[in-house]
Amino acid sequence: MAVLEVQGLTHLYGAKTARETAAVQDVDLRIEPGELLGVIGHTGSGKSTLIQHFNALLTPTRGQVLLDGADVNRDKQSRREARFRVGLCFQYPEYQLFEETVYKDISFGPANMQLPKDEIDRRVRTAAAFVGLDESLLEKSPFDLSGGEKRRAAIAGVMAMEPEILVLDEPTAGLDPRGRERILDMILRYRRETGSTVVLVSHSMEDIARVATRALVMNRSRAVMQGTVGEVFARGEELLQMGLDVPASTRIFLELRQRGVPVQTDVYTAAQGVDAFLRLLGKEARA
Amino acid sequence: MDTFISLQNVSYTYESEEPSAPAALRNVNLQVRRGEFLAVLGHNGSGKSTLAKLLNAILVPTEGKVIVQWMNTADEEKVYDIRRRVGMVFQNPDNQIVATIVEDDVAFGPENLGLPPEQIRNRVDEALKSVDMYDFRRAEPHKLSGGQKQRVAVAGIIAMRTDCIIFDESTAMIDPKGRREVLQTMRRLNRDMGITIVCITHFMEEAVQADRVVVMDDGAVAAVGTPHEVFADEALLRRTGLELPAAAALAQGIRAAGIPLPFVLTVEECVDALEQAARKAGVV
Repeated sequence: MAVLEVQGLTHLYGAKTARETAAVQDVDLRIEPGELLGVIGHTGSGKSTLIQHFNALLTPTRGQVLLDGADVNRDKQSRREARFRVGLCFQYPEYQLFEETVYKDISFGPANMQLPKDEIDRRVRTAAAFVGLDESLLEKSPFDLSGGEKRRAAIAGVMAMEPEILVLDEPTAGLDPRGRERILDMILRYRRETGSTVVLVSHSMEDIARVATRALVMNRSRAVMQGTVGEVFARGEELLQMGLDVPASTRIFLELRQRGVPVQTDVYTAAQGVDAFLRLLGKEARA
Repeated sequence: MDTFISLQNVSYTYESEEPSAPAALRNVNLQVRRGEFLAVLGHNGSGKSTLAKLLNAILVPTEGKVIVQWMNTADEEKVYDIRRRVGMVFQNPDNQIVATIVEDDVAFGPENLGLPPEQIRNRVDEALKSVDMYDFRRAEPHKLSGGQKQRVAVAGIIAMRTDCIIFDESTAMIDPKGRREVLQTMRRLNRDMGITIVCITHFMEEAVQADRVVVMDDGAVAAVGTPHEVFADEALLRRTGLELPAAAALAQGIRAAGIPLPFVLTVEECVDALEQAARKAGVV
């Protein structure tokens, strides 16, 4: 059974006014336990509005969101539960650090869950270790951390709630290649070690190609594609027509095909590109 | 090409409570040439943003000097003239727009120069056309996309008739479409108007478009060269935490399997090289 299911979700801003606009329209989506779903789309495509329904921060205008089969908007209690079971980490989360110490900031979520003190302590230390923040940083002010450390502290704050579904909105935005690798590795390791479901919203097609198991493409408030990462990037030309990016490897193989070179076009990483080209030349692809 | 900005033995240390704070920049010597497109790469904390802020006197060197044309950035009386010649576009598109209508924002600089209204009008129109935002001149900035906001910020600088624009990670916070728009704008201003561009970036795809690339590492210049020279140096990339552009990585993998391919950097170069290799192998 899907851990999270979205049925016919529509969200209107300014409903029943002259300015009514649909941010999300008729979206159906099933998220299976343990998968890593990549969400792709322009700024303004509805991605952020969509994910804010997952933990009942927003209420649908139409349709519903089911967590383990139960409507998250059933009552106050179910909404509150959804906040803890679905951990949402916004874009540039480092701007939301506010406590006096890193420790207090990370403990904010678990404290809200009214957990016992020693359990909160365990979770803070586990989450900090997970994101690679040294114990010595916990008593510092979050504002004394470097940009990369702040980002990781903010993510640790969500992880410390130990949500079943971790939703990250652009966690690598603005980071350098090393910082990006570090965050992606951390997400992969988190999923492997906790068995959690992860939803990753990203502008970076290379990031999605590298870590996601399935992808959802949002365009003009609608879910226009869903499938395995391979299936989605195999429709690279449609993605380009929507003005979205595709991984560089995908672009290269689409262009080769257009020039009459008989290559496959469901390529989205450099390694797959190497194999596909070697196969074309009749060489054994590397193991 | 003559030198437009010259950094001579420049070091910079941020003021800090800790007396032993390390220097953010150490003994940097670098020339920005008039009319070039210069990219600056380096991981977080390598000193590239400090370098950017030294170029138009937002920061002044702790040691050494920065000369813009004939003016020393440490000379307070010259700061105004320096900023008129060297403009800067920052990272966050929401932090640099002051007016509630696009054209008012672009007019802000020229108005402060005390120009007659007619001249201001001309400059604003011209500047908005050069960044392809003329159709949005009456729009409210908060309704624009990130890429559009950054282009309005660029227009505000162009309206000052600047010779040089520094982009300090100006594409880091905007989506791929906006990033393409800003990059195209940079290239057009450089090519058609001869504006010197200094582009501080994490994106290798932006760096491969440049005439020259500077790699910063640990507060010092680790390398300067054409994109081909810099990206062909594997040891340098590893040492400084940079990655190969995806097209180059793909070609490298194929080369490693024993297929001779030239060194390529961009998607276009890679397609050309693979097409040739396929034709040579007789599979097309």
